[in-house]
Amino acid sequence: MVGLSHYLILGALMFGISVIGIFLNRKNVIILLMAIELMLLAVNLNFIAFSHYLNDIAGQVFVFFILTVAAAESAIGLAILVVLFRNLRTINVDDLDQLKG
Amino acid sequence: MMFTDVVFYVLAAILLLSGLRVITTRNPVHAALFLVLAFFTAAGIWLLLQAEFLAIALILVYVGAVMVLFLFVVMMLDINIDKLREGFWEYLPMAGTIGLLMIVEMGMVLAEKNLRPSQAVTLPPNYSNTAELGKVLYTDYLLPFELASVVLLVAMIAAIVLTLRDRKDSKSMNPADQVKVKRNDRLRIISMPAEVEPEHVAPEEEK
Repeated sequence: MVGLSHYLILGALMFGISVIGIFLNRKNVIILLMAIELMLLAVNLNFIAFSHYLNDIAGQVFVFFILTVAAAESAIGLAILVVLFRNLRTINVDDLDQLKG
Repeated sequence: MMFTDVVFYVLAAILLLSGLRVITTRNPVHAALFLVLAFFTAAGIWLLLQAEFLAIALILVYVGAVMVLFLFVVMMLDINIDKLREGFWEYLPMAGTIGLLMIVEMGMVLAEKNLRPSQAVTLPPNYSNTAELGKVLYTDYLLPFELASVVLLVAMIAAIVLTLRDRKDSKSMNPADQVKVKRNDRLRIISMPAEVEPEHVAPEEEK
């Protein structure tokens, strides 16, 4: 019988995969954004699992807000990426050293 | 083993495999498509948890809008993948250690007996997830709901302003400049004394 802990462990595995992905794809901003999306998906899965097993709808409301903020975040992130590529002709994180400090 | 358990394990396997492919695949377009697959299977898992509205919203908003935006950007940019893949596996030992550590920590917390709640509550047959969510969203969470709309508006304006560039060759007019124009900008009055031409007298000798 699949219970709450199965869903939570699935969420933990997804989160771990995306953390590893952020380390591996440290040069590619697009894959970094995708890894962040995967992380948010794992968190949302945890919220919905708790909401279902505790019979509390508030968890789903929070998932709703996380989806909103994640959509806004990826839209702005991709816009910044496009401007970056237009100015530098690269998206390599190593080349983003214009800001001295 | 119930049917829903089989569905859960199949969907979980697909989700984990597609997540792994997202972070390891070479081509960003393939990564975006695997992320679409991950969102689809996640929506299926949310359906198992009886969160129908959010599952449909995930497919509509993420697969329909966000991932299409990702694909547009990935295909629009001319990326040198080989440069980005340099030393890709170099950090794998550290990344694997940190990732596994996080998973093991969370697993240890989940293995605690006190954390396991009882069985899921069985919902009545005429239960509507969308109606329940709407009731809570428009009463208790009304202010956060409206703030979320402001967040989306700000994101939209920011994305437009960031990527907007004014073209040099466009033939548009600025009405303010047109109104502000003075007579002296368009008309130049120069003093020009009148010239009196000598009266032409037709020679009569030739006739």
